[in-house]
Amino acid sequence: MTNKSNAINLEFNVMKDDFSRAGEASSKIKKILTQLGIVSSVTRRVAIATYEAEMNIAIHSLGGKIEVTINPNEIIIIAVDNGPGIEDVKLAMQEGYSTATNKIRELGFGAGMGLPNMKKCSDEFDIVSKKGKGTKVFMRISLDSKPV
Amino acid sequence: MNKYFHSVVLDEEKCNGCTNCLKRCPIEAIRVKNKKAIIIEERCIDCGECIRVCPYHAQKSITSSIEMLKDFEFNIAIFPMSLYGQFSVDTNMDKVFQAIMDLGFDYIYDEARAADIVTEVLKNMLKEDKLPRPIISSLCPAILRLIQVRFPSLIDNIARVESPMEIAARVAKNEIMKRNNLSSDKVGVFFITQCPAKVTSIVNPIGIKESYLDGAISIESIYGDIVKKANQAKDDVKFSKGSPEGIGWARVGGQSYAIGVDNYLAVDGIENVIKVLEEIELGKLNNVDFFEGLACIGGCVGGPLNVENPFIAKSRIRKLSQNKGSSEKISKEYIDDLYNEGSIWWTEKIYPKSIMTLDSNIRKAMEKIERIKEIAKILPGLDCGSCGSPTCNALAEDIVQGHGKIYDCIFKLRENFYKDFSDGGK
Repeated sequence: MTNKSNAINLEFNVMKDDFSRAGEASSKIKKILTQLGIVSSVTRRVAIATYEAEMNIAIHSLGGKIEVTINPNEIIIIAVDNGPGIEDVKLAMQEGYSTATNKIRELGFGAGMGLPNMKKCSDEFDIVSKKGKGTKVFMRISLDSKPV
Repeated sequence: MNKYFHSVVLDEEKCNGCTNCLKRCPIEAIRVKNKKAIIIEERCIDCGECIRVCPYHAQKSITSSIEMLKDFEFNIAIFPMSLYGQFSVDTNMDKVFQAIMDLGFDYIYDEARAADIVTEVLKNMLKEDKLPRPIISSLCPAILRLIQVRFPSLIDNIARVESPMEIAARVAKNEIMKRNNLSSDKVGVFFITQCPAKVTSIVNPIGIKESYLDGAISIESIYGDIVKKANQAKDDVKFSKGSPEGIGWARVGGQSYAIGVDNYLAVDGIENVIKVLEEIELGKLNNVDFFEGLACIGGCVGGPLNVENPFIAKSRIRKLSQNKGSSEKISKEYIDDLYNEGSIWWTEKIYPKSIMTLDSNIRKAMEKIERIKEIAKILPGLDCGSCGSPTCNALAEDIVQGHGKIYDCIFKLRENFYKDFSDGGK
């Protein structure tokens, strides 16, 4: 428990190709933020960011996890996977760019909006990736708007 | 007026303390304490699921009685769209209208006519791109309250147009007051209702300050009388009725069909609606133009105060709504007049209801979350409901909020009872 600093820490494992469970982390976090009385617009951004991260790990990676830290003033989301890593991060950040297979696209996923959406929802966004090792995404969403 | 008036209430005498309603409430608003169900008033959205599932008929809807007509000089009945589905398709509906008049009403107005008005309003609304997509229908009050409680970020997607029930009441009452030169307090307006959430909306309306309606009489309470009187009624009076498409509003998908919108999503059953609202909140359905979500299976024809099987009623409504009949076309001028007299739009802002929030102080709320997590870990995770909370997690929340204790859980109680004898008394 790293609870000494008034933070709530959550961790969710996301498995490769596990579409039936992807989305669980997002809805659990949404419930907790609602219980904390966070304004709905912020809660929605966190939910979308986490959901996209979950889907990315399920679709593109060999599996990974999402760590969420909730502080009284901000939420940090870190999504890490075990590879294969992104060849060209700049290209991957472009709206509409996707390496998803046709099979995935037929399911309605892989529109190339995942990473751009995550960035849009965050106040601070960072991504590092190494071919053969994996990808790590950092997102910070601030709670400066007081709950009503 | 009671801040938390609800049409859905519990008849304690009949309640057996079982877990049927507890498990089915979509927003965990029910607890069982001392062998009686309790509805948490701040949470209840009046969807009526508990009324539907209660085997003892202990959950019920408070509605008005026909006696209330005595309080007014002139009484108007609003004939609900779903009532069309309660009779076989070859029924002469003029006789049904007449039968309701014979219960003591002086005038009757078909809700489907107001649905035709709202159809035109929504058609215009869909032409504008200003509103965030999808535009969410405002027909179902239980869904509106659900959005306030669980999906507040979607409040801006709701079409801020009054429901056909309310518009029907306004049009009818204004007409009668003018025609008969009566003051407002002399004219009573009553909705014949299939829906407890509509009853609540008359007392505590959403989006407006005050409803034009004075009460609602449930279909089930007068159905027998309607049938008897309809059998005796003459059919010399022809009543004004809504178009087939207007009547079609009574079933799920009927609004979209009437509007003629192509890119729509229509969902019935509150649990299903919750799942789709989750998707909308994640921004996955921004390409959909119109969303109609209805708490009851089948739409309003599935309302808990109806008498007919919802699927049979829905099939009848479908047949009626596909009639290419000779309904009067509503003129643009007429709609413009209604806009101008303020009969169409909501006037009040819709606020989120933060009833799920554990504490107004975020640090305290965070501590509570941690404690809930700890307690949930030691509970059995069976979600059996025997403790009186709907799930183990809900019990953990109740304990932290001071509304429950760990030994409400019969498994923890048993464990505690046997704990010193776990070695079999060796």
